[in-house]
Amino acid sequence: MDFTVFMQQMVNGFSLGSMYALIAIGYTMVYGVLRLINFAHGDIMMVGAFLGYFGVSILGLPFPAAVLLAVVGSAALGMLTDKIAYRPLRSAPKISLLITAIGISFFLENAFNVFFGGTPRAFPVPEYMEIILSLGGLTFSVASLMVPIVTLILLAIILWILFKTKYGMAIRALAFDVNTVNLMGIDANRIIMIVFGIGSALAAVGGIFWAVNYPSVEPMMGVLIGLKAFAAAVVGGIGSVAGAVIGGFIIGFTEVVVVAFLPEYGGYKDAFAFVLLILVLLFKPTGILGLNFDKSRF
Amino acid sequence: MILQMKNVTKKFGGVTAINDTSFTVQAKEIYGLIGPNGAGKTTMFNIITGNYEATEGEILFRKETLNGLKPHTIVRKGIARTFQNIRLFSSMSVLDNVLIGFDFQAKYTYLETIFRLPRFFGEEKRVKKRAMEILDYFGIKEFAHYKATDLSYGQQRKVEIARALATNPEMLLLDEPAAGMNPAETKELAELIHNAREDFDLTVLLIEHDMKFVNQLCDKVLVLDYGKTIFEGKPADAIKDKEVVAAYLGDFIHD
Repeated sequence: MDFTVFMQQMVNGFSLGSMYALIAIGYTMVYGVLRLINFAHGDIMMVGAFLGYFGVSILGLPFPAAVLLAVVGSAALGMLTDKIAYRPLRSAPKISLLITAIGISFFLENAFNVFFGGTPRAFPVPEYMEIILSLGGLTFSVASLMVPIVTLILLAIILWILFKTKYGMAIRALAFDVNTVNLMGIDANRIIMIVFGIGSALAAVGGIFWAVNYPSVEPMMGVLIGLKAFAAAVVGGIGSVAGAVIGGFIIGFTEVVVVAFLPEYGGYKDAFAFVLLILVLLFKPTGILGLNFDKSRF
Repeated sequence: MILQMKNVTKKFGGVTAINDTSFTVQAKEIYGLIGPNGAGKTTMFNIITGNYEATEGEILFRKETLNGLKPHTIVRKGIARTFQNIRLFSSMSVLDNVLIGFDFQAKYTYLETIFRLPRFFGEEKRVKKRAMEILDYFGIKEFAHYKATDLSYGQQRKVEIARALATNPEMLLLDEPAAGMNPAETKELAELIHNAREDFDLTVLLIEHDMKFVNQLCDKVLVLDYGKTIFEGKPADAIKDKEVVAAYLGDFIHD
């Protein structure tokens, strides 16, 4: 195998893995505080990508401003779903929450289908992101370089929030016991809402990166990407932010490697994330960095 | 008076867990809530802390009503509690367990946290020092960086009380603090609670089955049976009271 080709694929894998990681963090954080697989998370990402699209093509905003709009809008939507859909079900069985999440997912997909149509829309990628750089035989676009860098910066911020601020401490404590968190004088509902906000903001960034790399947006784009990011969260160990990032990279690299080195199986690339998911569930259900949650919370 | 329960009733469907109970706790008192299993003691705690809402009656804390308030608001008003079955944040460190109680009382804003302003640094240092002092008070300072669940049962109990004190309460609710402890540990705990009342300026309301512990520690007790008050007064008198003895040992005593 040619070393340059290998390195080229590593660059691509790093970029793809970063996008999965950004989305997987939202799944894992919400699971940590609510024991909920938020199936609407992929669709929040889709909404983020659409907001970015609207920002640039309809409002004529510069790209960074459109990203900001997407991040703020998605965070608000994430917090809103928590407030109106999940919060009333805090003491309901977990299965009710799960069904509600699927309902929100269907609602968002179909609402966007009705209002904006199912035809993919070309995403207006800013020119400077399409510049191709070459370095020692490797070529990559500015966009594919930006994705991992931004991801690592955001990851550092998230870990700092989780481990160095009082809000992070409350988020970590929520993974163990919601009632006891309340008894520390902390409004657990507010912390849960912050978690939805952070997760949704990251998903919006992931969604915009996606839209830039495969330059289009459409209402169903969150389904497959969301499921793969969910697989990444489980592979890495659901509940663990670092695990979600590791899982995201594993799935990103696997996909790239399959397409690059086993082109005859390239058509199955989407299946590999789920094969990994099944293997992890069979042999190490807690994932790579999985936390052993108190069984009584289930 | 610091806490006043006025004609409190709590019904779960058709079951009356607490039936028209009233009592008053004076500031800096150590007040015992005793009674056989299922008498409604823990339910009473859950009503005071806002985990349950009273079906009828009023709860007054420093003459302010607690009815309808959320648990986190009640904590901020100055009531903290511990649990019968220890509920620490299991894989967090002992220090973090105590810090979390402090943190949300600390006076820095969200923006300051983000930008790490000098005030935040000062506050953080002060809070950490305070947390270590409390751990030291309970003789568990050397375990500060241990995982909470790596400590012995008796030590975990102390961490739980330390964590409750971190929220800076005026009133501390202890649900069976001596449960699962040996006589030596129980004696030590009684002394600790007795001293903490002075050192932290506390009023203590506690549930306990160990009558020796109650006798040694409490200024006053309330005996509940099937949600009804059957005795209120000095602990020494409680064990002589016919109705109390009957509730614990059965009615045949009367014959």
